[in-house]
Amino acid sequence: MYDAPHTTERNVTKQDIKISARNVQVYYGDTHAIKDVDVEIEAQTVTAFIGPSGCGKSTFLRCLNRMNDTIDIARVEGEILLDGEDIYDKRVDPVQLRARVGMVFQKPNPFPKSIYDNIAYGPRIHGLARNKSDLDDIVEKALRRGALWNEVKDRLQAPGTGLSGGQQQRLCIARAIATEPEVLLMDEPCSALDPIATGQVEELIDELRQDYSVVIVTHSMQQAARVSQKTAFFHLGNLVEFGETSKIFTNPDDSRTESYITGRIG
Amino acid sequence: MPLLWLIVTVLALAGAGYVIARMRALKSANGDIRNLHSLPSYYGSNAAIKVIVPALLVLVIWLIAQPLYVGSVVSGMIPDSEIGEGSSRDLVLAEVSRTADGIDAAVAQGVMSEAQARDGGADVEVLTQRLKDAGQIVTGAVTPAKLAAAQRMRVLADTARQVMAVVVILLAVAGLVWALRETEKDFRARNTVERSIRGLLIAAASIAILTTLGIVLSLIGNTMHFFRLYPASEFFGSLTWAPSFGGGSQLGIWPLLWGTIYISFVALLVAVPVGLFAAIYLSEYAGSKMRSWAKPALEVLAGIPTIVYGLFALLTVGPILLSVFGNDGLGWMHGTRAVLTAGIAMGIMLIPFVSSLSDDIINAVPQAMRDGSYGLGATKSETIRQVVLPAALPGIVGAVLLATSRAIGETMIVVLGAGAAARLSLNPFEAMTTVTAKIVSQLTGDNDFASPEALVAFALGMTLFVLTLGLNVFALFIVRKYREQYE
Amino acid sequence: MTDASMPSGGKAAPRKSLMIEDARTKRRNAAEKRFQAYGLAAIAVGVFFLVVLLWSILASGLGAFQQTFIETPIYLDEAKVDKKGNRNPEEMSKTTTFGYAPLIQTALWEQVQAAGIETPFTKSKEMKALLSDSAAAQVRDYVLSHPEQVGETVTFRILAASRVDGYLKGRVVREDLARDKSIDAEHLDVVDRLVDAGVIRKQFNLDFIVGADASEKRPEQAGLGVAMLGSFYMMLVVLVLALPIGVAASIYLEEFAPQNKVTDFIEVNISNLAAVPSIVFGILGLAAFIQFAHLPMSAPLVGGLVLTLMTLPTIIISTRASLKSVPPSIRDAALGVGASKMQSVFHHVLPLAMPGILTGTIIGLAQALGETAPLLLIGMVGYVATNYPDGLVSGFMAPNSAMPAQIFEWAKRADPAYYERAWGGIIVLLVFLLTMNIIAIILRRRFERRW
Repeated sequence: MYDAPHTTERNVTKQDIKISARNVQVYYGDTHAIKDVDVEIEAQTVTAFIGPSGCGKSTFLRCLNRMNDTIDIARVEGEILLDGEDIYDKRVDPVQLRARVGMVFQKPNPFPKSIYDNIAYGPRIHGLARNKSDLDDIVEKALRRGALWNEVKDRLQAPGTGLSGGQQQRLCIARAIATEPEVLLMDEPCSALDPIATGQVEELIDELRQDYSVVIVTHSMQQAARVSQKTAFFHLGNLVEFGETSKIFTNPDDSRTESYITGRIG
Repeated sequence: MPLLWLIVTVLALAGAGYVIARMRALKSANGDIRNLHSLPSYYGSNAAIKVIVPALLVLVIWLIAQPLYVGSVVSGMIPDSEIGEGSSRDLVLAEVSRTADGIDAAVAQGVMSEAQARDGGADVEVLTQRLKDAGQIVTGAVTPAKLAAAQRMRVLADTARQVMAVVVILLAVAGLVWALRETEKDFRARNTVERSIRGLLIAAASIAILTTLGIVLSLIGNTMHFFRLYPASEFFGSLTWAPSFGGGSQLGIWPLLWGTIYISFVALLVAVPVGLFAAIYLSEYAGSKMRSWAKPALEVLAGIPTIVYGLFALLTVGPILLSVFGNDGLGWMHGTRAVLTAGIAMGIMLIPFVSSLSDDIINAVPQAMRDGSYGLGATKSETIRQVVLPAALPGIVGAVLLATSRAIGETMIVVLGAGAAARLSLNPFEAMTTVTAKIVSQLTGDNDFASPEALVAFALGMTLFVLTLGLNVFALFIVRKYREQYE
Repeated sequence: MTDASMPSGGKAAPRKSLMIEDARTKRRNAAEKRFQAYGLAAIAVGVFFLVVLLWSILASGLGAFQQTFIETPIYLDEAKVDKKGNRNPEEMSKTTTFGYAPLIQTALWEQVQAAGIETPFTKSKEMKALLSDSAAAQVRDYVLSHPEQVGETVTFRILAASRVDGYLKGRVVREDLARDKSIDAEHLDVVDRLVDAGVIRKQFNLDFIVGADASEKRPEQAGLGVAMLGSFYMMLVVLVLALPIGVAASIYLEEFAPQNKVTDFIEVNISNLAAVPSIVFGILGLAAFIQFAHLPMSAPLVGGLVLTLMTLPTIIISTRASLKSVPPSIRDAALGVGASKMQSVFHHVLPLAMPGILTGTIIGLAQALGETAPLLLIGMVGYVATNYPDGLVSGFMAPNSAMPAQIFEWAKRADPAYYERAWGGIIVLLVFLLTMNIIAIILRRRFERRW
């Protein structure tokens, strides 16, 4: 399963398992959207979910922090463990879960508040700051980690909606980081961005890997190849293949993966 | 020629024009409609339009202008000596016009011959007696000068009518001839007809402007009249509202405005929290099952006419409040009519208004915003309070302003529930009155329309109009800006 | 990425298990529950108000559809009603209602005695308090149209006095009698016995729905019928004017109007007119139609005109919405086969939008039907609507009332017996509104197309 890294940059060591999913099924009303998926997400690794539109990769991503709870007709079966605890257990409060598994969305969605308040939102609701200067520190740290500090440090009170698309998405990432999650889920974070902004966000993702386990859903195979160490290929609700990114892209086991990568389906 | 027959004649000419023009067009194309530019019916319609539109337009203008013209001519005939103390030229003119109507009716009944009616040397006494016999009420004393004016009025009106009939029919015939002459196979009848229809559509659309104009003119005209009789500084400056029939009224607007604002405030105090929270619950928490019954149930409240709320205030809310706060209870309230009575009923009326507007506005907040908040681990209520509501705030403010304007303009509830006493008081258990309630009472009482006590209603109406218009324009502006933000 | 040189943070404290709710989450969840409870409470309050409103309407108004009647055989004494004895209605009409009242009182008195009711009363005249003032007129009308029955005994169903009716319905209670000059305890004793004897009883009262209004002293006789006709004629005016004008204006604005200042101005006007208080339209009606155009006060025509102007914005707004919902492809298809713009609109767009337009119109009409305030200013209140219009012209031009104005008029009258009639009138009005709304909903459900 494990191949020796080709480059020092992709220096992947075997990491702890952060999230492990077993026999996950998702139903939207009568539609069986996710069929029998088993995946293990490692700590300090970027895992990419790829596959054609409607293959269920976003749906599966949203299972990992129970965002599907907000959709009335969605139903999840199977077992998803975060650090060994079943997140669909009755005793688990999704609010507590989402504080540990943050999420960044396809379209940048800053709140109609100031940049500062956008970042401070999560720490405030979770009570992470003891006082104002504490909060200021958290905001600054998050903005720095989000690679946005230099651009916005002089206008923290300006509305977050006034930033450019790429800045908005980095703001959203910084906002997610501010609550100090362990896992960061990203649902096609670059699909609404131009190439330059995409490059910046990808660079950021690579750096975030040092502290977080990142799961990214992407349409673009090149992006998956660029940023991820592990790749899962979804097709029609099935997990077709899961493994080292380098292997998936060079020597896939499944013919469907190969067809997708070479552009014959999708 | 009676009006009805004149109209029938014009319509008949139009019908004939339609048939003839259609035949003529077909004939010019040798009976083959493929040779015509337009379908035959368009040629017919063209003729009908050319007969009807100019003729009826002139007719309507004439009917409006004629009384004004006759009035001004006759008004010049009335010597100043006829205008008595406390009267005005307009009042005398109205009397003359009533006399003329009386003579008309008497002639129609056959009590008087046309010659007698026109007899310039007729004895006033005899004529008055004849009118009385004919059952025509003759008000005031008919003097020779007034009689002469009335007779002159009749003659003028009569002549004008006849001229009008001739002019209208001539116009109709001219239209017919014009249309028939241009009817020929290459004539672009469809384009002409469509242009006319377009004109009609534009006319219909401009009725909105005419209505606004009518409102503004009728308010301004009468308000100016009022301010000539009663100083504007008193109206806007006095803190007392005490109309009296014998003159010497004090007509300060402040007690009425205060009542209006106070009652509207109570109403909003009921409607805004209930409406807003209901909207939040329905759009964010309720399942589709609950929405399907609770939403229509609240909307039923909006479909109930205000007279029902008025009665509800007077006969249900008032007595309930009285049993709690009245002499049998806390002893704060002394009658069923009070600020609270009207305010609560009005608040109930406004609940669906606030809730459906807020519902729209909350739903316009993009789902992505909520997802962003949930994704950070916020609870639903945190998301609503800290993300959705701040995002929706401008829209909600707009909705509340619209509701305020509704409350200020509401009439039936305050007429029945608020009482008639104008006072400046802070006690919500006391009866107060509002601008709208006083408009009704000043215009439906026995006040003479020319007296300041009646005319003040127009000044009140003007205030109300300006107030609500300002609120509406501002609120609609805010709501539109808000919508654009998320489109 | 130079910014990322910060020391990594956040992973210092080991997280607690997901299964255990920490104190902060507990507090937040409690706040969540509270917030949800506020929402639920708001809906409960709204629904509670609706229930109270409907309950007061039904509880106080249903009684109006029942009225207390006295069934009594009356001997039509020739000596009293036809003094000449020649059965000539013209001469008999010289006997006024005063001549008939004793006949009825005697008849009732005889019934009281026949039923063996013990009472302190000795004279038939004392039965007057039990009888409606309208009874004499009712008997007189009957006699004048059936002169051949003079000298016979005919059984009449006549209205009981308002207080008797109130007593049977629980509105008049014995404790209040001291302040009541119209009736006393002895009379009520008689009423109790007559009810036992089946002479007095409550029955369905069709006259409340179709009858005319009565003077202030006779609440038992008052009906909504004439006002209903007034409303009917007004709605006719509104329908005939507002529908074509509204549709024409909407077609222009939606299909033809160029994007310019004039169009903008018209649109701003329409949306503002929709929010102008209805009382202001009443002022407009008073100034424009009555003061300026000299149309008659209280006439349904004037009421209809005012309500037309008031309803137009509603109709225009809903018509434009339904025109807008017809997809442009339909217009393109018509234009593509060589139809003119006008033909494409009138042949294709308008018919497709018709269900929506009709729905909007019905809802506008329902709104107009319940509107009261502007009618007050053009004189539709204070006028006692006792006469049915005797033709189409007088239906439009003769003074009349309207349903909501009649309800207001009753609510203003001093006698509490009129309150019951006002509530009853509201039930009738709401039945009309409900019917109209149901028709609108059915229209929408049946014909609405989703493109």
